[in-house]
Amino acid sequence: MTLPVETIPVGLSGSQAVAQAMRQINPDVVAAYPITPSTNIVEKFSEFAANGEVDTEFLAVESEHSAMSACIAAAAAGARAHTVTSSQGLAFMWEALYVASGLRLPIVLHAANRALSAPLSIFGEHSDTMGARDSGWVQLYAENGQEAYDNALMAVRIAEHPDVMLPVLETQDGYTVSHSMERIELLPDDAARRFVGAYQPRYSLLDTRNPISLGNIVSPAHLFEMKRQVAEAMDKALEVIASVGQEFQHLTGRSHGLIEGYCLEDAEVVMVLLGATAGTARVAVDSLRAQGKPVGLLKIRSFRPFPVQQVAEALQGKAAVAAMDKAFSFGASGGPLFQDVCAALHRNGICIPLVNYVYGIGGREAMPTDLVQVFSDLERGAERGWSETSIRYLALRE
Amino acid sequence: MNNKRMDLSHWRTMPIGGVITQPGNSAQYETGGWRALRPVVDMEKCTHCMICWIYCPDSSVLVEDMKFVAFDLAHCKGCGICAFECPPKAIQMVQEGHFTRES
Repeated sequence: MTLPVETIPVGLSGSQAVAQAMRQINPDVVAAYPITPSTNIVEKFSEFAANGEVDTEFLAVESEHSAMSACIAAAAAGARAHTVTSSQGLAFMWEALYVASGLRLPIVLHAANRALSAPLSIFGEHSDTMGARDSGWVQLYAENGQEAYDNALMAVRIAEHPDVMLPVLETQDGYTVSHSMERIELLPDDAARRFVGAYQPRYSLLDTRNPISLGNIVSPAHLFEMKRQVAEAMDKALEVIASVGQEFQHLTGRSHGLIEGYCLEDAEVVMVLLGATAGTARVAVDSLRAQGKPVGLLKIRSFRPFPVQQVAEALQGKAAVAAMDKAFSFGASGGPLFQDVCAALHRNGICIPLVNYVYGIGGREAMPTDLVQVFSDLERGAERGWSETSIRYLALRE
Repeated sequence: MNNKRMDLSHWRTMPIGGVITQPGNSAQYETGGWRALRPVVDMEKCTHCMICWIYCPDSSVLVEDMKFVAFDLAHCKGCGICAFECPPKAIQMVQEGHFTRES
């Protein structure tokens, strides 16, 4: 198959790959504050800005709260505004995240996942982005540096789509992806720019011919409807993510949908997860398949909006499923991914054993042997039934 | 988004993001009912210096031909800044309850 463009292979870390995407996107404004492990993304981008390789107005703000506030102001003025953060930085932006989505500003946030303090951990897990799952931001999880680069470019198209007009968070696992070097196929600059296109803001505070007021107080008579609009945009985002992914596939040959299955069709037991651990899980699946075990993997790329129908269809008829959470949701029935998978199944009348594993907290590596163990547990459970389905903690010293 | 009347009847018709596309439509919201104290001018003392007009946070000092005319009682919230700033002390803040509905 010949592709329309010839990509450029480079050895880059996940952070550097996203920095390249940002360079090609050339946002009008980047306001950011550094935090491990996403620092390298914005650090690299600031070099591009200093060297005049982008036209971006680069604001080295005093905090992440300021970063998001500045992005909101810039986006409200009709600018393409991006930022970069992790962990406490994302948490510090929390109130502003809701402002961004409520004002329907297509800001893109490039994240590298990291644990939330306290106690302090700089290592990768999903607590930070999970804390923002109700904020009205689209969330895309990358398995590796290539996907992070691809998601960074597609994020702009998704956010700015007229049916969506929502901010998008695209993330990669901290350290595991952000600090690991891979072969990345970069699009040529002009192809990336053509794909991303020009920003057509729906409205702008600087458009004096069409004056608007933004961030107004709203009475109980109207706020509900305005938030309903955000819910509608999230629903529409499901189609938009899929169609933008298809367009990207024509360009690069790489397919990115809402979900991705690996040895899924004929699998009897399935592991569902987000992000980098999918790569490790493929190794586990391969080794078990070599022994003739019918195991499979369901990787979710779009966590928000959650692809309820697609997940339900993919898991229908399976003997047992493990939902793998790289974050706690303290006091809940299970982790965030488990809750969404459970609801997706229930909504579709699918009653199959679903077990939750919390893993990888504080950067604890999930080894192929750990994941093989999960598949064995699933197999055994599918055969003999389940004595309990409470939350299990993978590789925790109990 | 144009400069036109907003249809707030349904979530599908209203502008997104709580954006207001009609400039100055806050005038339609009457805040005069919030008042506990009403400004009253002694026109003998008023020098038409316009300082109350400059300070009023609610654009509720009505002026014509560079002269004070009246307070916009549909919007005046009774904050008393005009009385505080008036150089000849021509403005008194009076309990709203002293006025009947008709006055």
